[in-house]
Amino acid sequence: MPILWLFLIVLAIAAVGYVLGRSRALQSAGGDSRHLHSLPSFYGANVALKTLVPAFGLLIVWLLVQPLYVNSQVSGMIPESAIKEGSSLSLVMAEVRRTAHGMDNAVAQGQLTEELARNARADITDMTQRLKDAGQVVTSDITQPVLRAAQSYRITNATGYAIMSIAVILVAFAGAAFSWWQTHSEYRARNVVEQGVRVLLLGAASIAILTTVGIVLSLVFNTWEFFKLYPASDFFFGTTWAPSFSGRGGSSALGIIPLLWGTFYISLVALLVAVPIGLFAAIYLSEYASPRVRSFAKPLLEVLAGIPTIVYGLFALLTVGPLLLGIFGDDGLGWMKAGTAVMTAGLVMGIMLIPFVSSLSDDIINAVPQAMRDGSYGLGATQSETIRQVVLPAALPGIVGAVLLAASRAIGETMIVVLGAGAAARLSLNPFEAMTTVTAKIVSQLTGDADFASPEALVAFALGMTLFILTLGLNVFALYIVRKYREQYE
Amino acid sequence: MTDASMQSPETGRHTVSLTEGDARTRKRAAAEKRFRAYGIIAIATGLFFLVVLFASILSQGIPAFTRTVVSVEFTLTEPQQEEAESTLFKTKAYSDLFIAELNKELAESGINVDFDEAAIERLLGKIGGTIRTFYSENPDKLGEPIQFDLAASSRVDGYFKGRVSRDTLQDSRFLQKSDLDLVDALKEAGIIKQAFNWPFITGADSGVDNPGGAGIGASVIGSFFMMLVVLALSLPIGVAASIYLEEFAPQNRFTDLIEVNISNLAAVPSIVFGILGLAVFIQFMHLPQSAPLVGGLVLTLMTLPTIIISTRASLKAVPPSIRDAALGVGASKMQAVFHHVLPLAAPGILTGTIIGLAQALGETAPLLLIGMVGFVARGYPDGFLAGFTEPNSAMPAQIYTWAARADVGFYEKAWGGIIILLIFLLTMNIIAIILRRRFERRW
Repeated sequence: MPILWLFLIVLAIAAVGYVLGRSRALQSAGGDSRHLHSLPSFYGANVALKTLVPAFGLLIVWLLVQPLYVNSQVSGMIPESAIKEGSSLSLVMAEVRRTAHGMDNAVAQGQLTEELARNARADITDMTQRLKDAGQVVTSDITQPVLRAAQSYRITNATGYAIMSIAVILVAFAGAAFSWWQTHSEYRARNVVEQGVRVLLLGAASIAILTTVGIVLSLVFNTWEFFKLYPASDFFFGTTWAPSFSGRGGSSALGIIPLLWGTFYISLVALLVAVPIGLFAAIYLSEYASPRVRSFAKPLLEVLAGIPTIVYGLFALLTVGPLLLGIFGDDGLGWMKAGTAVMTAGLVMGIMLIPFVSSLSDDIINAVPQAMRDGSYGLGATQSETIRQVVLPAALPGIVGAVLLAASRAIGETMIVVLGAGAAARLSLNPFEAMTTVTAKIVSQLTGDADFASPEALVAFALGMTLFILTLGLNVFALYIVRKYREQYE
Repeated sequence: MTDASMQSPETGRHTVSLTEGDARTRKRAAAEKRFRAYGIIAIATGLFFLVVLFASILSQGIPAFTRTVVSVEFTLTEPQQEEAESTLFKTKAYSDLFIAELNKELAESGINVDFDEAAIERLLGKIGGTIRTFYSENPDKLGEPIQFDLAASSRVDGYFKGRVSRDTLQDSRFLQKSDLDLVDALKEAGIIKQAFNWPFITGADSGVDNPGGAGIGASVIGSFFMMLVVLALSLPIGVAASIYLEEFAPQNRFTDLIEVNISNLAAVPSIVFGILGLAVFIQFMHLPQSAPLVGGLVLTLMTLPTIIISTRASLKAVPPSIRDAALGVGASKMQAVFHHVLPLAAPGILTGTIIGLAQALGETAPLLLIGMVGFVARGYPDGFLAGFTEPNSAMPAQIYTWAARADVGFYEKAWGGIIILLIFLLTMNIIAIILRRRFERRW
């Protein structure tokens, strides 16, 4: 792992720089730290910082840019004729990368000499055989262009990394030398270091923005690709969801309406379970419960929120599904055909959302000023009348916000619907039928798929985009309501 | 006058008593009681769901920790080995020896039951190979009596655990009704018994038709490496971001933008982070698929908002007087924060980080998208560094893979996996609670 070594070398240079910088500062002050502008450790930190930041910055940028550069170089080598019917350049490039990786491994195992791996005239059948002997998974037919491209890919990459290592170490040394030379007793090391640390802190905080940008870009680009292959109007207004698995034919029907309907229906069932239970639990806990009851009931309810969703998924599939099937299935009322259904997923998701609704509503009800309750009691109202006619209307906007947040949770929930709701996309009103959701289809379209060229895989990004926009909209709206409500009583 | 007012209740049209309520008051009191009961019912329902959930996890998951083994004391002498090695079907020779030994043990306990080699194969799989491999690896054990604990097939295991019964069993190449007689006889002789299922805890995933051999060990390692990545990245970045926002950030639009982004990222569905990981780390940066490194990066981005929010809360809890005192004795703003505020906030930060890690540990959906599905967890990584880049799975993804398989035997494994996952989560949460209790400071 050469990058790890590089990392350690730069750290070592920085550590040495720290010691040297510190001692040089002390020396320039005649060994008396009182004559220095800053504490001696700041001079050391100054050198270390100026070693680490440029070197690691270069390293990260290089690691990001090199694959792009190598890819564009190597894909230029592949002639049009090498791209088979029904294939694409990106598929061939994936093949090239696999072959190059296989060669690396074979060299590491000693099955292939470095010379042979670089030999531009190497015999193609011999090479394939050697790679197979080395246990490197290689498709049966490496073609001439792929082999040449793989060789050049390896060589360009290796040279790239070699240059990178040298450049990074040089930059580290240059930074260390420059800042060491800067160091003298008058140098304002503390101000420089603190400014530098501040910029680093700002950088850490900006990662949140970078993440959002990353999400939006990766969704937008791939969605764009998808709409080039599949008309947007068919996607948004199509009422059938039937992806073909045979190959990259244009025979798939990828309409989002049945998925949105399934998402909406399951979320509705979930909210019908979670909102009454959560709300009444919150009312009882905040208005009636003694501190003792509260101190054990509230954490216990919140345990429900800490359980991973995969547990709920399994609970839906193996416990709730068969239970409902026993009541509503063919032996009982005959409404249900299989254990996986809207009802199963909705019920379990509702259980998951109870603490979500109850905790948020609890906070909001507690924020209603006591004076309003006292006023109501003073007029002779009972406690329940006060709650129903004074506290709840006052808390209503906040509670609506909480419900909206729970709804956004329900829409984005994945594992429960993947396991509990079934796989068939249907437009139906029967809650005992299997339906599927946007999230479940993202999982099924992308799992184990390494090729992003077909509309069947790319549709997942369009689904993700829809999901992202839906949940983001709900969240922004809900947070706006909650904030507005908080301001009202502050 | 006094008399008149004393009289008025009696002359009035309806009497009002303070000790006895009228119809309307009774109605209001009943409504009050009802309302209160709704609240109790709601909480009871919530707790009931919790109990049912845990009851079904425990009742269905605990059997995964036991397995059915056939334990036979077996001695192979050197001449016997040589003879077996000289035959054409070597493994068959070994299994013949084993069957002879089994017959002898049954005869010793006075039980008479007919069985053939095929029945033994249905019960135990191909034992000849197992025995042969054992002796070729440990030649010094020749001639000594060795206790073999051979795992019974998953259907026999199911017979012991009540999953398979005589009435429902269909004769197949996996198990026949007549085999159950043999199983009963072996049980009576004490040869077949239940033992603790170590291979489940230490093993790796098995093929789709072998639920008995599936273990969660490899994916625990996968989760462990992911958590290392999450801890190493999200703690420093999260703390740095919180310090900036809480202590240094000026009131401007850029700060607002960061704040809005953090609160929105906290509510983005986890699967969207999976899409981000797939597009950025795998499609764009060509990092290895199914690697714990990529899983850790995705989960880092996902946990960052949680950690930032809790870190900011604990920084906020440190009273301003601490900062003022530090500044008053000549510390710079940076020194005040790093030397005084941060150490005081450390317990809170640590608690928040552990809770964030626990949340990341249970996350499944994004891992499926970057290829960390269960069936890639076929073995332990070769070394510490390889642990980050070699394909592996994680506990929740492994559980999902088992749950999605057709064989009912895997369901038990999935519940058992959940118990292990919950034990990890419980431990982390208890550590967090202890830290909070031990170091929490009230100002």
